[in-house]
Amino acid sequence: MTDPTPPRTDFADGEWHRLHPATPLFRGGIAVIAILGVLIVNLRDRLLAMVVGGDGADLPPTGGDLEADAIDFIVRENLVLAALAAAVGVLLLVIAGFWLSWRVHTFRITDEVVEVRSGILFRTSRKARLDRIQGINIARPFVPRLFGAAKLEITVAGNDASVPLSYLRGADADALRRDILLLASGAQRVAPQTGQTIGAASIGGMLEERVTDLLAPELDVEGLAPESVVRMNPGRLIGSTLLSDTMIVLVGLLAAVAITGVAFGELVLLFALLPGLIGVGGFLISRITRSLRYSIAATPDGVRVGFGLLSTTNETLPPGRIHSVKVSQPLLWRPAGWWQIAVNRASRSTQNGAAGQQQTTILPVGNLDDVRAVLRLLLPEVATDERAPVLDQGILGRDSEGGWTVSPPRARVLRWFSRRRNGYLVDEAAVLLRTGAIWRSLTIVPLTRTQSVSVVQGPLLRALRLGAVHVHTVAGPILPHIGALDRADAMRLFDDVATASLRAARADTSHRWRQA
Amino acid sequence: MSEQSDPAAQAPQADQAVPSEPRRLTRPETEWQRVSPRYIPVDMLGILVFGAAVTVAGFTPFWLGWREGWVIGAALGAIVLVTLALTPRRVRAIGYLLREDDLLFRRGIMFQRFVAVPYGRMQLVDISRGPIARAFGLAELKFVTAAASTNVLIPGLPLAEAERLRDHLVAVAETRRAGL
Repeated sequence: MTDPTPPRTDFADGEWHRLHPATPLFRGGIAVIAILGVLIVNLRDRLLAMVVGGDGADLPPTGGDLEADAIDFIVRENLVLAALAAAVGVLLLVIAGFWLSWRVHTFRITDEVVEVRSGILFRTSRKARLDRIQGINIARPFVPRLFGAAKLEITVAGNDASVPLSYLRGADADALRRDILLLASGAQRVAPQTGQTIGAASIGGMLEERVTDLLAPELDVEGLAPESVVRMNPGRLIGSTLLSDTMIVLVGLLAAVAITGVAFGELVLLFALLPGLIGVGGFLISRITRSLRYSIAATPDGVRVGFGLLSTTNETLPPGRIHSVKVSQPLLWRPAGWWQIAVNRASRSTQNGAAGQQQTTILPVGNLDDVRAVLRLLLPEVATDERAPVLDQGILGRDSEGGWTVSPPRARVLRWFSRRRNGYLVDEAAVLLRTGAIWRSLTIVPLTRTQSVSVVQGPLLRALRLGAVHVHTVAGPILPHIGALDRADAMRLFDDVATASLRAARADTSHRWRQA
Repeated sequence: MSEQSDPAAQAPQADQAVPSEPRRLTRPETEWQRVSPRYIPVDMLGILVFGAAVTVAGFTPFWLGWREGWVIGAALGAIVLVTLALTPRRVRAIGYLLREDDLLFRRGIMFQRFVAVPYGRMQLVDISRGPIARAFGLAELKFVTAAASTNVLIPGLPLAEAERLRDHLVAVAETRRAGL
């Protein structure tokens, strides 16, 4: 069972390849080993008794324990050999099954598609077009990571629409990602690089390799301009988690229960708090560990976001795969000047990634400089240098300064504090919607990605001669819309977005981003 | 497209409360394609069936012995009747317009909504026919994009027209295809 694919970049040659030989172990074999372990522990007493002497009949009665009864029966009927043979047979069958499933689980990557075939009795085959790729995710769950294996996931638009290659050797996964992105970008196929091949190292060398792999930063920053990398400050991460709205609600609830408990002398209630406290602690720790060692960087094939301490994920989003971006600030982060950034993307995952992170939060927390840097990475065609003042106006500013159109004074009834901030701006690349004076947020929708636009007016808005505009993008945490605009402004925004998005879509080449 | 969308008679720059300025949303386009008037009875029948069920359910507390409970049923019935009475106007307010590169769709009087969908963003076009609509020879056409909130559903089209519209939309979407 040696891996038949020695050189690094041979995976993307259009031939069928197999996955990491230890794949069955990672995918389910560990459960089998655990079951065996439980069985052995349970039989230990009996085995000891057998070895020390005396037969099973001398053991204290186990009170109708089915397992013990079965073993008694086997021993009594002299079926030990037969039972052992059966056990070995089952074990062999399981191993053969795993081996066979590994044999038939193959994948290939051609210039056009990536295809995976698997299954022994129920064959499945999944094929995805390379120019439809929405992102490539390399996940390293903890146990496979110890063995240097990684899972490569190629996501396309849709719910859980991904082609997983689990598992590959870590270095192979990195190389394969580069090759797939190169093929998908529409660049001409380059001659296979003669990169260092991973030879069969000695045991010591392998151990060393594992250790460096575990300690290495999640992002390989080879060939990246250092200023294009944004990293996470642990203190800020912990602070922002403690100050999040969810945390405040949780702490408030716990405090309320504790106070009632003390006030009414029902100290039992304090014990009831214990699970809650454990839950809060778990939430804190999971949030912090998953965002620790967060990094984001620009690569020639899109922006790369890495997360995770023990289980890591590392996702590459090619250019033009981000459908909208929202910069927002929870109220409690305001004194510290922290912001977060979420995105809408066409690929949705109902389960969380390996590290349990929300795949839509691109920047968990950062200051204004981080926000500017990340925006430049996410939307390079929108967040240009000359647009920087406009974006700053969108994040912090108010009134019409910088070309923004805001709600008219009569909208104050609906926007008590944010009337002067509630506004929009459309230029040739994006539509920017600025809302909220207390919970400030800026939504940016690149015009190449808008699906449609609508303008609406209900009885309340009509009475005030106002209108609201919704920009439709793929489903996600962001619903880009702006309300309480003057009816003429709303209609103008509607028309501007409708015409500008047509123009942008015509000029868009991001599905083959390197094909000029 | 981006110029002022008020009718020419109005003063568009007036931001102060000018009594003559319209409160509702207005579009410069006048040549809207309307849906078939036969859709009015179809819509009314649908509302009637649903409204009757809701009204009967609303009277349940009264029949169970709560003497003032009839108010709930009566209120629901009144809402159904008003909805029924407004149906012709509501159906007449539905319209669509095939522009050069996008489809413009409008509906609603009380809750007005205008949508512009570029043809190139089309993922698929659905034609579906309920039992009542089929009896009247009508069909409804749904224009689906990658965004669920686009929600362009043109009801009350004669079947032949719906099919012609579908074929036209597919053809223009092919020539103006855009990415996701």
